[in-house]
Amino acid sequence: MSGRITPGKPIGMEVSIAQAEVVAQCDVDCIAAYPITPQTHIVEHLAELVADGDLDAAFMPVESEHSAMSACIGMSAVGARTFTATSSQGLALMHEMLYIASGMRLPIVMSCVNRALSAPINIWGDQSDIMAERDTGWVQIFTENGQEVIDQTICAFKIAEDHRVTLPTIVNMDGFQMSHVIEPMVFYPTGKIRDFLGVYQPLQRLDPRDPKMFGPVGIPEVYTETKKAHDVALIDSQAVIEEIWEKFAREFGRSYAAVEPYRTEGADYLLVTIGGLGETASVAIDELRAAGVKVGQIRLRLWRPFPHEKIRQALAGVKGVIVFDRCLSVAGTGGPAATEIKASLYNLPQRPTVVGFIGGLGGRDVTVGDFRAMIQKGIDYIDRGAAPIYEMVGVRE
Amino acid sequence: MNDVNYGVYAARLLPQEELFVQGHRACQGCIPALMLRQITKATGRDLIVCNATGCMEIISSPYPFNAWRVPWIHAAFENAAAVASGVSAGIEVLKRKQRFYHDRPNKIAVMAIGGDGATLDIGLQALSGALERGTDFFYVCYDNEAYMNTGIQRSSATPLGASTTTSPTGRANPEGQTTWKKNFAEICAAHRIPYVATACPSYPFDLIRKVKKAATVNGPAVLHVFAPCPTGWRCEANLGIRLGRLAVESGMFPLYEVDAGKYTINLDIEAIKKSVDDPMAELSNYLFQQGRYRHLKTKDELLAQIRERLRADWTALKARAGM
Repeated sequence: MSGRITPGKPIGMEVSIAQAEVVAQCDVDCIAAYPITPQTHIVEHLAELVADGDLDAAFMPVESEHSAMSACIGMSAVGARTFTATSSQGLALMHEMLYIASGMRLPIVMSCVNRALSAPINIWGDQSDIMAERDTGWVQIFTENGQEVIDQTICAFKIAEDHRVTLPTIVNMDGFQMSHVIEPMVFYPTGKIRDFLGVYQPLQRLDPRDPKMFGPVGIPEVYTETKKAHDVALIDSQAVIEEIWEKFAREFGRSYAAVEPYRTEGADYLLVTIGGLGETASVAIDELRAAGVKVGQIRLRLWRPFPHEKIRQALAGVKGVIVFDRCLSVAGTGGPAATEIKASLYNLPQRPTVVGFIGGLGGRDVTVGDFRAMIQKGIDYIDRGAAPIYEMVGVRE
Repeated sequence: MNDVNYGVYAARLLPQEELFVQGHRACQGCIPALMLRQITKATGRDLIVCNATGCMEIISSPYPFNAWRVPWIHAAFENAAAVASGVSAGIEVLKRKQRFYHDRPNKIAVMAIGGDGATLDIGLQALSGALERGTDFFYVCYDNEAYMNTGIQRSSATPLGASTTTSPTGRANPEGQTTWKKNFAEICAAHRIPYVATACPSYPFDLIRKVKKAATVNGPAVLHVFAPCPTGWRCEANLGIRLGRLAVESGMFPLYEVDAGKYTINLDIEAIKKSVDDPMAELSNYLFQQGRYRHLKTKDELLAQIRERLRADWTALKARAGM
């Protein structure tokens, strides 16, 4: 970390810079990255920290995101604490290697600054990039503001490297609307973070003294079992993640949960959000509550492993659920969050109606008023029992 | 010219220890598998192998079997050089931080290895990046001139006129591959890296010397290894070594090295020829023991083009070596 941060009191800083500072505080050993908007400020600042001698790490500027993830795989396989960051097309280019990093159980931590996918090319925020990677077998966490980015980046190393997990982990933040915004954030003492994380001890590594094979051929007789083991590991990681968040709360004073409720008491309707626009939505919830509408909000923080039980507990018993997705599954069954929430609830004997709205694509602003209108439209659909499969909002006719 | 004293290299002086061992699933007469034995005898145990997807990866690692007695990682097809970059960087930083590997008396060599498809085609970008960054590793391309693992499809290393499953001869195109082989060693040399060499398992001591050099030099090194594939070349399984010699002697694959920019030809094919008028006399002998070139017997014009190209390439190589 650099001299820019003073632990313990709020500091105004761009969220990308803050994440780079906290990655350095986490004593990362290796970084491989390729520039892509809006991820650039994170890796630029890490390069500065290394160039200034504030961070003792290998910073490898590679020639593509595919090579960035490939290099991270090599770095992690020799037992180095490894970080990278990307967005959009870069994440898509990594796609092949994401499965391989998780299949080889390498605890790489990645920041994904969520951005739209081409075409048309668009550098602004939505969640199309990460949702295309939801099945890659990584732990996937969403954040709503800079403080959460700091906290979840620390937790991500702890989660990924826990021997009960040993899976790569993605921390998501909204492109520009979070990454390029100056926010007040509180940093923690570096020593405290390093005590929390400990020195990374890999379960196994590439070492001529103890030769091991990483990434062999999985013939049909073993492939299914390998996939089952991966599935079990990711499902079981939820308990470890929650344990780590509890430990984080005890030591750093901020609590996190897989599914976080906001003003849900006595609610007939719940709005589910994922990512940074959830904060805007909360203001709409406040306004509607003030107007007497019984609506609350559920923030989905943990996307993988998908917290089925927590979702069921949070949503069962209300009349209807409105899910806001910043990703279009073209001509599919709805936004990814809405679709998965529906799937999670479907086999319950009594389940709420789920209305899926899709908006905020490619950086399109979604205002408090938009959320208010969306919620009221959703309530109308629910009350009339006339919910569409999904509906795009904010489309200019 | 080559001033190496081959007298000091003898089979009995090679390590007895096998680090790439029997039981793997390579085809009969596989020269790349033989090459792995030669390479690992040259490096010894202080080696980490980063293998691209391909024949040598598939045949050596069907879990739970493992033909490697050195640490080995396979990630994907096009990125062995990028994985090796990460391995090399990780070792360096953990040594510097006194975390791991710092107590080793010998350098741990990092080798990336891939076939011609993994290297000249899909992996060329990752390799170029690793070379440009000055990665401390060496890259071995075992070139059997087509995608053999997937069933003998053409690559950019497939020579003009070779018939493969995706450059077949037919009524409209009776000549097979219609493009020239990419000059891989020159592409690497153009990166001005410390060491580039061509080699062939038919010349084992030359190959072993070059591997030792590549493994110990600081910074990137590349070995372009000509590795006959009897299955893909449609020839007898016992012909691999002989075809390697004929390829070198005919000028199809000259043995040379570029050490800190200085070119040295390791085998002067003119000097070993009975007829100095036609140093490429071995060409027909090389081509027509292989089914992939069978159709060229009547293609005099194409054969003349190939001879002309080999002569021009050899002349240019001699000029670079100051001969």
